[in-house]
Amino acid sequence: MQKVYERPESMADVQMSYCPGCLHGTVHRMIAEVIDELGVREQVVGVCPVGCAVFMYEYMSCDMIEAAHGRAPAVATGVKRVLPDSVVFTYQGDGDLAAIGTAEIIHAAARGERITTIFINNTTYGMTGGQMAPTTLLGQKSTTCPTGREAMREGFPIRVCELLATLDGPIYLARVAPVNAAGLVKTKNAIKKAFQKQLEGRGFSLVEVLCNCPTQLKVSPIDSLKWVEENMVPYYPLGEFVDR
Amino acid sequence: MGKIAINNERCKGCDLCVHFCPKQVILHGSSFNSKGHRPPKFQDDGVCTGCAICARICPDVAIEVWR
Repeated sequence: MQKVYERPESMADVQMSYCPGCLHGTVHRMIAEVIDELGVREQVVGVCPVGCAVFMYEYMSCDMIEAAHGRAPAVATGVKRVLPDSVVFTYQGDGDLAAIGTAEIIHAAARGERITTIFINNTTYGMTGGQMAPTTLLGQKSTTCPTGREAMREGFPIRVCELLATLDGPIYLARVAPVNAAGLVKTKNAIKKAFQKQLEGRGFSLVEVLCNCPTQLKVSPIDSLKWVEENMVPYYPLGEFVDR
Repeated sequence: MGKIAINNERCKGCDLCVHFCPKQVILHGSSFNSKGHRPPKFQDDGVCTGCAICARICPDVAIEVWR
């Protein structure tokens, strides 16, 4: 027998701080695998968000920068323009990218910055205690909308991929959900394609990953994946929105 | 024919591998690790194909697979 699966080289051998069953670790590993497969570890500069993934720089064995809340695309823009041969990615949650960082992500996409963004959408502010995020579904309860989100009071959830698809800057926009075996493979492929698009040097690429937050949903990890499949996927349709 | 090794100290006992295993050869654990989580048990009876779906979903990268 030979070993067919082990920790990727681009991932540090440390314990992660995420809650049991949180898919942040799974997506981290997929990014590390893609970096290994493309052989670009020495060129990669990652930009961490503020949120649960704030300690991502501890978990990756590549260069990482910590950005202010929502400003990861702005920091990534600077890195990519100063070091055009680098491979720059940002890793952001929905509170980081879709709320406080809306301006940064829209303008980075509109300028067609040659960076890759991995956007983790779990419909909540996980780290700060489960407050309502711009992506919280209608009817979903959170600590700041305890009776469920109402359209006439809190507005409608934002579909980031569809929003950015109206711009000419992005060359790859995809939404994936690693909630089953097929979804895991598609997620990895989408992340790999986004990095390859960046290596082509033509524009901005983003992969939106529908994730779970078992702690704030107050369900078991496996039930949180079922919740994503049953509630999030109908509102956030999966697929590639831009590929040019 | 395959087998897996679970790093018990890294595991947080989320049991996603138990639910994702297509052959149901990963079982819910009964003993605790030093952090109080319950890592699952691998039933090594020759049924495992080494498909590595458990390792792909594991959020804590605690599973290694041989085939």
